[in-house]
Amino acid sequence: MEKTLKMIQSVSSSCTKIDAADVMVSVDKKDLHKVCEALYKDGWDYLINLTAVDNVENIEIVYHISKSSDMEKFMVLKTNTTDVENPIIETVSDIWKSANLYEREAYDFFGVRFLNHPDMRRLFLRPDWVGYPLRKNYDNTPNEGIPSKVHDMDACEDVPSITLDRHGEIVENHTKLFGRNEYVVNFGPQHPSTHGVLHLRVSLEGETIKKIDPNFGYIHRGIEKMMESMTYPQMLFLTERLDYLCGSMNRHALCMCVEKAMGLEIPKRAEYIRTIFDELNRIASHLIGWACMCNDMGSITAFIYGMRDREKIMDIFQETAGGRLMTNYYVIGGVAQDIHPNFVNRVKEFIPYLRKMIKEYHTLFTGNPIARGRMINCGLLKKEDAIALGMSGPNGRASGWHCDVRKIAPYAAYSEVDFKEILHDGGDTIDRYMIRLEEIEESLKIIEQLIDKIPEGDFRAKVPAIVKVPAGEYYQRVENARGDFGVYLKSTGDKSPYRIKFRSPSMVAVSGLDPICRDTKIADLIMIGGSLDYVIPCIDR
Amino acid sequence: MEVKDIKIKSMKTEDFRDNESLQKYIDELEKGGFGIKVAPLDKVINWGRSYSVWPLTFATSCCGIEFMCVAAARHDFARFGFEVTRNSPRQADVIFVSGTITKKMAPVLRRLYDEMSEPKYVIAVGGCAVSGGPFKSSYHVVDGVDKIIPVDVYVPGCPPRPEAMLYAMMQLQRKIRVESIFKMPKNPENGSVILSKYNSDGTLVTPASETKQIEEGGAE
Repeated sequence: MEKTLKMIQSVSSSCTKIDAADVMVSVDKKDLHKVCEALYKDGWDYLINLTAVDNVENIEIVYHISKSSDMEKFMVLKTNTTDVENPIIETVSDIWKSANLYEREAYDFFGVRFLNHPDMRRLFLRPDWVGYPLRKNYDNTPNEGIPSKVHDMDACEDVPSITLDRHGEIVENHTKLFGRNEYVVNFGPQHPSTHGVLHLRVSLEGETIKKIDPNFGYIHRGIEKMMESMTYPQMLFLTERLDYLCGSMNRHALCMCVEKAMGLEIPKRAEYIRTIFDELNRIASHLIGWACMCNDMGSITAFIYGMRDREKIMDIFQETAGGRLMTNYYVIGGVAQDIHPNFVNRVKEFIPYLRKMIKEYHTLFTGNPIARGRMINCGLLKKEDAIALGMSGPNGRASGWHCDVRKIAPYAAYSEVDFKEILHDGGDTIDRYMIRLEEIEESLKIIEQLIDKIPEGDFRAKVPAIVKVPAGEYYQRVENARGDFGVYLKSTGDKSPYRIKFRSPSMVAVSGLDPICRDTKIADLIMIGGSLDYVIPCIDR
Repeated sequence: MEVKDIKIKSMKTEDFRDNESLQKYIDELEKGGFGIKVAPLDKVINWGRSYSVWPLTFATSCCGIEFMCVAAARHDFARFGFEVTRNSPRQADVIFVSGTITKKMAPVLRRLYDEMSEPKYVIAVGGCAVSGGPFKSSYHVVDGVDKIIPVDVYVPGCPPRPEAMLYAMMQLQRKIRVESIFKMPKNPENGSVILSKYNSDGTLVTPASETKQIEEGGAE
């Protein structure tokens, strides 16, 4: 890491190292683009997350970067602008493609405009929305007005951007989203196959897709802003409502983030229980992912089968935690209550049952020549594209990218179990389809290894009545069913966070729709969307 | 008409918990001349209607997964006559508003509701649709779907269990049973026809607009 630091210092004189433990570097905004280019050339090609923070006297942009070839490497790059009224920072979306949506999000929430970014529209809120909600001076009391007109259906939407002219002056440019002669179809927000309320504008030439413009925000609930006025135990409830299909894992991320920051030691028993719950939740999520994808392709049988077997997991959850979809089980310091006496037996019965069922799924659907004909060589995603878009998780692994956080930075009890990271190298729809079924089997293996070894002892550590996180910045990654889920937490030592941001693996999956679907048929869009398995409320937060 | 006269195949009248509110609803309808006596033909039609209520495939967030569970193998709402979900609002009878409705989504939901053909029903599923739920204090969430469209049945929960949704469906069936599709409800004071869900100027009757009127009247 010293080498990287020296490399950055050679490019930029303004670089300062902030933290000794992790590499946390601050650069002047003038040198930002140069530094990022140098980092990219040095192999730092995976931008995990990009966040803005309003520090009142300045606005800070935080970049979390990693190397795709060596995923254990992790660094934080920061820059800031003191011009709070009209903040402008150079874009890095030409270096890392994944920055495109993150920067639009920063504009939407903080009003930070990015120089040379091709598309500075709002990402979540309506174009006529006034103010930037995550600014500290924003009045976030719920207002009465409910808009009555549907916006954003206009294909000729104006796309603003800012660039520098030859004299170094800032000029605003306006282009149109789609050309006058393009044939644009609105797909969503109410559509049974969008897996939530996603709105896509699809430009077609005959039946062939030429361009897709995703429009988010139909389920933007302002979770991040709400959390800034909540205590840490209260916040946990909302994490499960982000990506409801892997609620436990999201909650795990926030719990771990707070625990690490407080230096809490978690009892072994709680770690084992959490790992088993995470894996059960992953199975439930993959089952829904598989069931819905097959349903999108016209196989109702698969949908019914997947949902039927998922109910067994819901039973296990319900017995121990009390909840079905939202288990509300993890708390800071461990789990809320001990496991039910039946838990171990139920899980043991479930493992061979699901193994048998997966064989049935393969005979019923995987081998179906019509399904195979549609899936093979359709929706190709190359490994380089997956990395550039930051598309981690099963989608990235289907393209051959080793990106499993459970392997890279093992947490909970993952370092004690033996499991394989499933990698495919085709990157087409069938690879993404197969990887989910194969991951279910790996998850079963993990559970099998742990279920008999749950250690005796406390299920919850002693936690102070009022949870206060020491001042500082923390980032915690977990592997949820869709990929690399992250929590960025900035605390000032108070009982509620100063800024919290969730890195959504679904957002990068949707940003991949445009490159993947170009020149495929519109009918395949549904299937490819199903294979990417995104959850919209996690994107919109 | 008494509540106990409404017979639903799956559950006894006394097992329902809020028969009083349904009785109140019936009394109100009767006052408006709506269901003084349900004619035999109405009975037949209502019997048919209440067992073929087809929901719209509509879900915005978490409650949508529980809605899928209700539709799938174990809970299977087809048993109660909710047969299949329809993807087009034109073909749907009931909309399950399952999930948070945000300011951006509100006009879309309203358009969906307007696109459904009469008679149409709304079930607000989950805390978010009932009152804004855990997101009530957010700047971008509509606190209660009844601000936008009239709601027939409210199902609390975050998310509600599938059984709770089945219960809500049966409540809706009972509501359907007391309606008359041949008669228009009349205002008991002046005898004018009250359209069930529209004001005289063609705008929708929503609880929000009603309360507003009451408040304004009180101020005078």
